[in-house]
Amino acid sequence: MLKDKSAIAVSSLVKRFDDIVAVDDVTFRVRSGELFGFLGPNGAGKTTTINMLTGLACPDSGMIQICDIDCTNRPRAAQHLIGVVPDESNLYPELTGFENLCFCAALYGIGKPQRRDRAGKLLDTFDLSKAANRRFGGYSRGMKRKLTIAAGIIHKPEILFLDEPTTGIDVASARQLRQIIADLNHAGTTIFLTTHYIEEAERLCDRIAFIVSGRIVRIDTVANLIQPIQAKHVALFSFANAVNDIKDRLIDTFPGLDFSLPGPCMIRAEADESIRVGLLVRYLEDQGAEVKEARRIQPSLEDIFVQITGIEADAMRREKEKPGGGR
Amino acid sequence: MRSWIAFWNILLKDMRTYYLKPPNISWGLVFPLAWTGMFFIKSGSGMGSIPTLLPGVVAVSILFGTTSMLSVTVTFEKKQRSFERLLLAPVPLELLMLAKTSGAILFGSANAFVPVAMAAFLIDLSGVAWETFVPAVFLIAVASTFLGLFIAVAVKEVFEAQTFSNFFRFPMIFLCGLFFPIENLPVFLKPFSYVLPLTYGADILHGAVHGHYAMPFTLSFSLLGIFCIGLFMLSLHNIKKRWII
Repeated sequence: MLKDKSAIAVSSLVKRFDDIVAVDDVTFRVRSGELFGFLGPNGAGKTTTINMLTGLACPDSGMIQICDIDCTNRPRAAQHLIGVVPDESNLYPELTGFENLCFCAALYGIGKPQRRDRAGKLLDTFDLSKAANRRFGGYSRGMKRKLTIAAGIIHKPEILFLDEPTTGIDVASARQLRQIIADLNHAGTTIFLTTHYIEEAERLCDRIAFIVSGRIVRIDTVANLIQPIQAKHVALFSFANAVNDIKDRLIDTFPGLDFSLPGPCMIRAEADESIRVGLLVRYLEDQGAEVKEARRIQPSLEDIFVQITGIEADAMRREKEKPGGGR
Repeated sequence: MRSWIAFWNILLKDMRTYYLKPPNISWGLVFPLAWTGMFFIKSGSGMGSIPTLLPGVVAVSILFGTTSMLSVTVTFEKKQRSFERLLLAPVPLELLMLAKTSGAILFGSANAFVPVAMAAFLIDLSGVAWETFVPAVFLIAVASTFLGLFIAVAVKEVFEAQTFSNFFRFPMIFLCGLFFPIENLPVFLKPFSYVLPLTYGADILHGAVHGHYAMPFTLSFSLLGIFCIGLFMLSLHNIKKRWII
């Protein structure tokens, strides 16, 4: 349920590092109770924006309001209202899971009985009770992410900033985390989520902003973003060999179709009407291409992302998952 | 917001995870013991030299204990990004940094009493003006800890913290009148002595142990206090400039 009250209001935000403009005239508003996605490739300005919103960086110009508190010149003024889950787990390796949660609660002035109670409940919620008394340093990556999220919400923040929460963890943990994020949002927490998993943003977010080279290129609801391409018909062809040279011939032969090359061994066909996949496969094989797979696909947010930003989602994901990617 | 809860828990966590760890306890004991042994043996003048050497050994123990521990732990947490967690807490930055430095101040103060305990076994310390000695130990620990904080904010890597610490520490051993009077220094070095906080701390300790103050001890206390405030404010300024960029 979206309310009209602003949880985050940002206007003409600019941040420079020497000659590089990391965040360039960014304006957006996140409504109270909303799950807002911030999508963009490495170096787009996502983390710099989060740092400015959470008080870890000062903007060069522009305005930031968190729950109607002006944080532009007092970056730490609203920290009691926010929880932050950074892109890397940053709890204390030498403390146990339970101790880490209690310590994080203490940072928010929560008394001992209450913080022990909350820590216990969160460990249960995140399925970490058995590891409560183990050192955080010995946790698996998925467990670390879960405990870091638990630490981010132990003080029951009104707004939760999640920076790439599911990067680099196993499928089961990622699924569990997505469910927890959705539950938190349903319980009323405003969530600001950065992710490079477009399908994750599509599934979770109410609205999404695409940010490229420090600028927001589009903000809208997932439904509105997808709407223009929903009526489109798309087919994807995979090949055993590279097919870069076939595209021009395809365009000449099938003028009613739009073709693109998502990869050296892939062709994507798009049309306003149904695509005759069999006909295309026969033509491609006649041209010497070894077709491995041909299938109709449902246009998704990924297509919109590629259309708007010109960045291939797969390339973005690979870049992010490289060691050190996304810092 | 009950900031004292945050303050107390940061202090407790640091004491548990850093200062009360067996290697650090042993380091905190062995280091002052080594200094004490080295100077007592080197002087070769028997028990009579202890009152002259004790203030220097105490000051050096505090200086090395605090600067090493604080600069390393803060740099380590900054590198690990767990320091960000503290910066995100709704606690005034001043209080946060006081909490973060309190453990090192206590550790340094405790280090100071290792050579004192040794000396107490060997000579009669009943003549020591403890009402001056103890506050001086505390102020030296505060000033040295804030120097460690200044160093931690200036560097990125843990090894840099140690190297940069030595840039300050080793000259201070010679320039601050710990083991020989500043009057014995060449004229061109004397101005450096008076811009180093340990000079004033060492003078109070010397006065408290064997009654000879080179400067009025109220002036030394005041200047040491000014150094503490100055170093803390400078470190806070640098934290805002470098860490809250």
